[in-house]
Amino acid sequence: MSDMQKQAGVIRHLWTALRLAVVFTVIAGLIYPLVITGLGQLLFPAQANGSLIVQNGQVVGSALIGQAFTSPRFFQGRPSATGYAANASSASNLGPTNPTLISDVAAALQGVLAANPGLSVARVPVDLVESSDSGVDPDISIQAALVQVPRVAAQNGLSQAIVLALVKSQERGRFLGLFGAPHVNVLELNLKLEALVGGGGGQG
Amino acid sequence: MTLVGIGGIVLFLVVVTLVVKPVGLYLYNVFDGGRTWLDPVLAPVERAIYKVGGVNPAKEMRWTEYLFALLAFNLVGFVLLYPVLRLQGVLPLNPQHLPAVGAHVAWNTAVSFVTNTNWQAYGGESTLSYLSQMWLTVQQFLSPITGLAMVLALIRGLTRKNATTLGNFWVDLTRAFLWIALPVAAVAALVLIALGTPQNLAPYTIVHTLQGAKQILPQGPVASMTSIMQFGDNGGGYFNTNAGYPFETPNAASLMFQLTLGFLVPVGLTYYFGKKAGDTRQGWTIFAAMMVMFMFGVFVTYWAEAAGNPIVSHLLQHAVPNMTGKETRFGVAGSSLFETGTTAVSWGSTAAANDSFTPIGSLILLFNMMSGEVIIGAWGVGLIGMLAFAILAVFLAGLMVGRTPEYLGKKIQAYEVKMATLAMIVPTFVILGFAAWAVSSRGGVSGIFNPGPQGLSEVLYAFSSGVGNNGSAMGGLNAASPFYTWTVGFAMLIGRFPMYIPALAIAGSMVKKQRVPPSIGTFPTNGWLFGLLLIGTVVIVGALVFFPALALGPLAEQFAMQAGHLFGGVPK
Repeated sequence: MSDMQKQAGVIRHLWTALRLAVVFTVIAGLIYPLVITGLGQLLFPAQANGSLIVQNGQVVGSALIGQAFTSPRFFQGRPSATGYAANASSASNLGPTNPTLISDVAAALQGVLAANPGLSVARVPVDLVESSDSGVDPDISIQAALVQVPRVAAQNGLSQAIVLALVKSQERGRFLGLFGAPHVNVLELNLKLEALVGGGGGQG
Repeated sequence: MTLVGIGGIVLFLVVVTLVVKPVGLYLYNVFDGGRTWLDPVLAPVERAIYKVGGVNPAKEMRWTEYLFALLAFNLVGFVLLYPVLRLQGVLPLNPQHLPAVGAHVAWNTAVSFVTNTNWQAYGGESTLSYLSQMWLTVQQFLSPITGLAMVLALIRGLTRKNATTLGNFWVDLTRAFLWIALPVAAVAALVLIALGTPQNLAPYTIVHTLQGAKQILPQGPVASMTSIMQFGDNGGGYFNTNAGYPFETPNAASLMFQLTLGFLVPVGLTYYFGKKAGDTRQGWTIFAAMMVMFMFGVFVTYWAEAAGNPIVSHLLQHAVPNMTGKETRFGVAGSSLFETGTTAVSWGSTAAANDSFTPIGSLILLFNMMSGEVIIGAWGVGLIGMLAFAILAVFLAGLMVGRTPEYLGKKIQAYEVKMATLAMIVPTFVILGFAAWAVSSRGGVSGIFNPGPQGLSEVLYAFSSGVGNNGSAMGGLNAASPFYTWTVGFAMLIGRFPMYIPALAIAGSMVKKQRVPPSIGTFPTNGWLFGLLLIGTVVIVGALVFFPALALGPLAEQFAMQAGHLFGGVPK
């Protein structure tokens, strides 16, 4: 090929690249997401809009996003590096030999022990003292819910048996029995708890 | 480790093995003139695209022309992406009124998404408008199909005889886009929505929590991005914490679906390769070598994460697994499997915080990337790397027995070995060189988050991820600082192009060669012996060079952790 032919080839390829990139951008960047948005809204509107939970006309949360629970009346979730900020998700990123990790765990442990009198250190589940990845982990392990039953029952004036049954009713197992870990969703558990307390004429 | 955890991992490995052949056959039908049931819909679209692009689909390209078309396409992709990030503040689909992305981060992000790395120096939900996310999604389609085109050219180079051309880049690209990326991404996006991932264009939702606080829930076109992000082995998630964020991965079902999506094309390509070579055992041998290394990694990681941090176990007075930076719904086994998977497949979506993994767990993640991302690897590029190792392996075997090495009946000569070695050496120099620069410069050190050996691991991780076009990170590192936006940015470019130019050069040289019939002296490249040799080459030639650095990082940290030693430093 002569130099002029080569030059023409270079320009031709750049021109083709530009035209194809524009076509692909229109398809993948506009048509594709908009069609998926339309289909999602049509077929699965609840999920497509964030699995929102509405109570008395007000959005109280998403079933998928954890909230900060500090009141002893409620079941409490995992420590969060962001204080459950859903719009700025982050993990603590603390490494295994970082002194801050260990002091954070120790502080969380003291908090759990103080909030749950009678709970021994050896029974504290690890997910109540180690922070999550997203900072908005909506779940805790079954064990983490169970150790809070005595406190939650006493605080809400309910019998432990009722609260225990509530936890049991909210348990979710593994996918196909093999994947993931059994857990309870803290927000949904607390909503059920509120309904129970409210319905029983409690403090609401 | 629990039996259930192990059982889940084994089931996943079985599923991955079962999809190899069907996916490989589908690829064969798409690229080698077979028929697929999508043809009636897509063939007219394909013809229209060629018309718009001025493409003559019958015209074959030599390796230099193929390479030039590929580079031109990626350059244009960069040019179309960067301005949108910089101008998002005045462009539509920005209900949160987010300002323009800064110049350093925008450059880094554009490079990152064009090179299939998806390293994220930003937090999606707090930085990007819906339009920017949708524009990144475009690159999540285009960068994997570019990688796929590269391997198609290499495979043609290895399997055609007495030829000069490697196919037509525009045709490979268009067919990969229409027949593979687009339909699977669309179906997968709907599955993800059904499993709980949002997909809307509404502003962020303000929520009054049960305790009376205010919480802002991000919204947006999450599912359409997540599906191609996972299927295309891109890894750049919608949210800062990526697949760990419950909107992106609401449950273990979604996690396993996304993990399977990411494996489909890379494992299917091994079968496609064998089919093109006229001997499917060639492909199975490569698949087996990849899977053996992957399995080893998964179980070591799972073991390390389940064994946990003895310092925490001491505090809690009972043995606990490492749950720092892990989500409850995935558990230890699911998180370990996902993280090992996304580092092995050069993919980089994370469902757990790698900075908080145990040192041995991090070591495996690092090894997966430092191997050159050949343990499965992303679309095309993983197989390219593995085929480069295969060429080195037959060369080494040839040296041992004193014969001219052959691969697929073609003689391997000095040129091919030089090119394969080049593809291997360049990333090594970049990872170790940039890491050395980082730990000896103020800009590099000030971006480190964790004290002690973990800090070095963060730096090694960043450059391994950049060069390997992986994109996952040890999140503590300040990736948005100018030092790391530029150094990791260049690492991504070097990892993509100077590594794959030699691959196409090999293709261009091999395509001209004759095929010599196998003789008694031919070293067979299909079978367990070659599989072992291949693994040996990856481990010894590819990864051993990193051993000193790994000894100072994760290994030192592991011993310190076992001894209960904490690293003072200045915790930030």
